[in-house]
Amino acid sequence: MPGHHIIVGGGLAGLTAAMKLAEQGEEVDLFSIVPVKRSHSVCAQGGINGAVNTKGEGDSPMIHFDDTIYGGDFLAHQPPVKAMCEAAPSIIYLFDRMGVMFNRTPEGLLDFRRFGGTKHHRTAFAGATTGQQLLYALDEQVRRYEAAGLIRKFEGWEMLSLVQDDSGDCRGIVAIDTRSLELRAFPGDTTLIATGGPGLVFGRSTQSLVNTGSAVSACYQAGSTYANGEFIQVHPTAMQGEDKNRLISESIRGEGGRVWTYRDGKPWYFLEEMYPAYGNLVPRDIATRAIHKVVFEMKLGVDGNPQVYLDVSHLDPEELNRKVAGVLEIYEKFAGQDPRKVPMKIFPAMHYSMGGLWVDYHQQTNVPGLFAAGECEFQYHGANRLGANSLLSCMHGGNIAEPAMIGYAKSKKSAVSSTIFDQELKLQREAFDKIFKMNGPENAFALWRELGDIMTENVTVVRYNDKLKATDDKLIEFKERWGRIGLNDTGKWANQEVLFVRQLWNMLELARPVTLGALNRNESRGAHFKPDFPERDDENFLKTTMATWSSDGPRFSWEPVDVSIIKPRPRRYDVDKSASEPKAA
Amino acid sequence: MAEQTQVLRIKRQESPNSEPYYEEFEIPFLGNHNIISMLMEIRRNPVTRQGKRVAPVVFDANCLEEVCGSCTMVINGRVRQGCSQLAEGLGGPVTVEPMSKFPVIRDLWVDRSKMFEALKKAHAWVPIDGTYDLGPGPRIAPSVQEFAYLFSRCMTCGCCLEACPQVNAHSKFMGAAVIGQVYLMSQNPTAKMNLDERLNAMMSEGGVADCGNAQNCVEVCPKEIPLTTAIGAVGRMASIKWLRDLFMK
Repeated sequence: MPGHHIIVGGGLAGLTAAMKLAEQGEEVDLFSIVPVKRSHSVCAQGGINGAVNTKGEGDSPMIHFDDTIYGGDFLAHQPPVKAMCEAAPSIIYLFDRMGVMFNRTPEGLLDFRRFGGTKHHRTAFAGATTGQQLLYALDEQVRRYEAAGLIRKFEGWEMLSLVQDDSGDCRGIVAIDTRSLELRAFPGDTTLIATGGPGLVFGRSTQSLVNTGSAVSACYQAGSTYANGEFIQVHPTAMQGEDKNRLISESIRGEGGRVWTYRDGKPWYFLEEMYPAYGNLVPRDIATRAIHKVVFEMKLGVDGNPQVYLDVSHLDPEELNRKVAGVLEIYEKFAGQDPRKVPMKIFPAMHYSMGGLWVDYHQQTNVPGLFAAGECEFQYHGANRLGANSLLSCMHGGNIAEPAMIGYAKSKKSAVSSTIFDQELKLQREAFDKIFKMNGPENAFALWRELGDIMTENVTVVRYNDKLKATDDKLIEFKERWGRIGLNDTGKWANQEVLFVRQLWNMLELARPVTLGALNRNESRGAHFKPDFPERDDENFLKTTMATWSSDGPRFSWEPVDVSIIKPRPRRYDVDKSASEPKAA
Repeated sequence: MAEQTQVLRIKRQESPNSEPYYEEFEIPFLGNHNIISMLMEIRRNPVTRQGKRVAPVVFDANCLEEVCGSCTMVINGRVRQGCSQLAEGLGGPVTVEPMSKFPVIRDLWVDRSKMFEALKKAHAWVPIDGTYDLGPGPRIAPSVQEFAYLFSRCMTCGCCLEACPQVNAHSKFMGAAVIGQVYLMSQNPTAKMNLDERLNAMMSEGGVADCGNAQNCVEVCPKEIPLTTAIGAVGRMASIKWLRDLFMK
């Protein structure tokens, strides 16, 4: 008797799990707000890591593992990261077999380039649009199963909440059709959340409009622990925009791009000078803080503005077109200048959340029957994610979740009565009825702008305790103002505003463990930087922040980090990583 | 000096079967704006130029950087992605309309499921044995990859169908996009093994023979995919197969 599984989110992680489950003959209901091939994974540019070692460099999964743990400032539990690095080559090979048009070497093998935080060429890439090609390959495989009747896709549906039985176990979801606004309950032996990051909590980020973190927040509010929420990656190189900050891939630096600004009338290649060992390919948090310092402390922003240059004009345009055309196109289309001729103007932007739903080593959350994979969980990247490890962790998480979900479905307890579904449906309908009656003076989209501005100002690159506390106070005030929203759209068909009002509430809830987690952590580690506590403090803070929702705000507890394989050591990028071999388990 | 503004004249429609109508909105001009960011500005205070408070314009958008294909719309009569249409250089009132070749859900949001149905019909996937580890796939020459990669960027945005005269209420033509995908599959050594399956779809109703050679598709493809090359190549492959079938069956 096959299990019946619900997957929420159709990006790399969700599609991987769907494909693997269908391959085993399981039934899958896949939910996505947008047609799955439009998921945010499509924006990933640079590539996917795997120590395939076809460059004669003596690369290995162990070195990849050490680079990742070091890059993450020792915050990640080590065994799952090791497993990910060991699985990486086979993950890349599977994408290859699925038809991803990766760049090739003259001998026709997969080509690999260098990325941030490593000395080895281990990033497989398809131009500079790799996420798009990986996502499309999975989209195609899932379509194959859909055509065969093994996967049912609910595109244009948004998950609203979990259905839980009296023990709190997850038994399914309630979702809404974003066109007809029909609410429906869907039973499932397991539910996998793969809805990506919370970029919109920060207003403008490199993320897509579906990345509200709303589904994750619903799980958090239903009892799923949110871990290391304070670890937010701010990517060093993005184009500032009115609607989003567009990513300029790290692969630009991988191919020789140089970051600089003017000092005393001359170009100053500050990353190369500050970090001789890794230069422009230092990990993102290092590069972002350097840019921040140069612009805000040293007041050396280009034209006095918050921007510095990212320059590829010294590189061969043919080579650039072969390897990073997609990214250069984005700059051209949105800035109206040709980066092959003039340096690009960039500035750091919120990009990724290392933190997310807490999961065990089998991708199961603390809510039985609820699983999570991809950016929405906290497992693989510690305090800072290395570039090109995200695409890897998405597929790896999906791979790990599949057998765990099948196992759980087989072991499931007694059948559950339909009352719990009816009850949750009723709750959600009532919540919507309330929103439809809202007629106060506030506008949800304008309120969201304010949320984004303050989160970006106080909870990204540089954190101060007084500002964090003030931000949390502001969040509480925003929640109150949310109650005074007035709807401009009271229609019952394809009403995007009413859905957004709900998503906004969830964003406000999720912003609190992120902000307060940062407040509680009095050290600097990876992407989390407090000038008042500038050093890493393993004695007090080598632990995972665990946030549990309550009606008066997140309750915090901590879990020690499993550092059983590599002993923590100081993290520096001005010199080569110490030659200490990682200890075998 | 009066602040510079941008006027958007938007074709709206409340539901699939209601009558369309136009509404004008005026917002402060910013060179950095694009159509989507302007729609986002409008929804912060959705009041028409005539001072009427209305429901915010409903639109389909996600990535905002022209890689997802969501925000296809017709701007000043030309089909393109809304996010990459910058305000700079637009000038006077801009007309923003949904695509006409797809059923409207509401306002600028249309239903493109027929494009995904075409991908199913064409078996546009590589039929791998299984997801277990079998090591690397086949070697592919860089020159082959460089050309085939261009087709792997198709976002199923719909621009090519919108511009194509053969896609209309009286025809079943599937459009250029799916033909591009069949071509892409023909460049992959594994997928090529069952090219015939895809060619059968291309030779069936709404297939490659319905192309009328208007060549509008290449003009409007936001990713500049060489669609006509694919259509020519797939047409050739289909003809050869037809002859082969004729004499071998």
